[in-house]
Amino acid sequence: MSEAVLQTQPILQGNRLALSRLLTQVENDTAEGRSALAELFPHTGRAHLIGVTGAPGTGKSSLVNQLTLHYRKEQKSKVAIIAVDPSSPFTGGAVLGDRVRMRDLSGDDGVFIRSMASRGSVGGLAQKTAAFVQVFDAAGYDIIIIETVGAGQSEVDIARLAHTTLVVEAPGLGDDIQAIKAGILEIADVLVINKADRPGVENTERALRSTLELAHPTRRVIHHHGRMMTLEPPPAETALWIPPILKTIATERTGIPELAEAIARHKSHLYQSGDWSARDRARLRSELDAVLQEALMNRFLNGSHREAYEQALEKVIRREWSPYEAVRGLLNGG
Amino acid sequence: MTEKKIRVLVAKPGLDGHDRGAKVVARALRDAGMEVIYTGLRQTPEMIAEAALQEDVDVVGLSILSGAHMALAPRILELLKANGQENVKVFIGGIIPDDDMPKLKEIGITGIYGPGASTDDIIRDIREAVTS
Repeated sequence: MSEAVLQTQPILQGNRLALSRLLTQVENDTAEGRSALAELFPHTGRAHLIGVTGAPGTGKSSLVNQLTLHYRKEQKSKVAIIAVDPSSPFTGGAVLGDRVRMRDLSGDDGVFIRSMASRGSVGGLAQKTAAFVQVFDAAGYDIIIIETVGAGQSEVDIARLAHTTLVVEAPGLGDDIQAIKAGILEIADVLVINKADRPGVENTERALRSTLELAHPTRRVIHHHGRMMTLEPPPAETALWIPPILKTIATERTGIPELAEAIARHKSHLYQSGDWSARDRARLRSELDAVLQEALMNRFLNGSHREAYEQALEKVIRREWSPYEAVRGLLNGG
Repeated sequence: MTEKKIRVLVAKPGLDGHDRGAKVVARALRDAGMEVIYTGLRQTPEMIAEAALQEDVDVVGLSILSGAHMALAPRILELLKANGQENVKVFIGGIIPDDDMPKLKEIGITGIYGPGASTDDIIRDIREAVTS
């Protein structure tokens, strides 16, 4: 092997500079980064991955700050934070500002915060976020918190990556219809209403609760055309997880122990129901798919089959082949 | 596409609360295609060095208006070195008396910019320092 190969031993032993430098190699998708990831992979699979998502300005970073302080104080868990912010689509540059809200965490060797620019990815994460998770997992971090870019309705990639997904809302951000829309609310394992001292918190809570009831059948009595009717939930084969709704005020540390407890309950639910390994399987499958997809595309765009690709493209442009025929030709003949 | 991005930590050590300059520079660097990690006000040298380590930055930009640069800058350089990050280039923007500039350059500050400095110059100097 060449001498450019990164040493993974220091990372397993907790060397923070080596860890930080590897993250850069991984982010830039270098050969050194890839081979180090391969060496570290057998050491992964232990960390609890917590995703934090929600609209911009709901207080995700402040919540991550408080939650991490709680884990450090109460459980002495080592915590890694991956904070993703958007890259400019025009210049490729980015201002990553999540650390501003996490200053309480500095000076603690049990915490590692890494900011990450999305670099053109949509879906709320960067392309290499999953690889970052593997590095932190192998380096012995017990809890890895992934904060997505300020997400709207379709940035749901985090649900595939995390074991436990927190969706953070704040009062006064949208009307009831926003809550009914599919997407981000459906991926919540725990719903957090932050800034719960703001006016309108009851409305936000009511809207979220009714959305949850539509999605998760529970026994309830409703008043319909003047008659009381009891709705029974369908018999469940396994215990269903109903996402709890928690109210917090991150800047005043209100509701943080309760939030940590809800996350812990979800974790034990995952273990008991067998969902932990199911999610692990789904996550690794989507990672494998992503890498395979990238490698296949690269084979045609940069690699050995470039010429065949260009010829197929010309045929499509001349309307001799449809895109489907072109792909069939490339995959069979190429 | 996978060309290496320049990563810059923009930090404001010391006690003055005026961060407009730091924000203007952060934005200009972003528009130049760099990834800027912004840490906010009142950072200690220890906090800055720790952030530089975790973020594996190429450049640290310090905004200092308080007059404490002769205390803060050497301390930050020392901490970066202690962490094994002596390769990180450190730039200072703010109010720096002419007499202090050579001293700061001597201890290892790469560039110093006063009021009215052009962001184009800063961008050019950063690119030069990182690729050299």
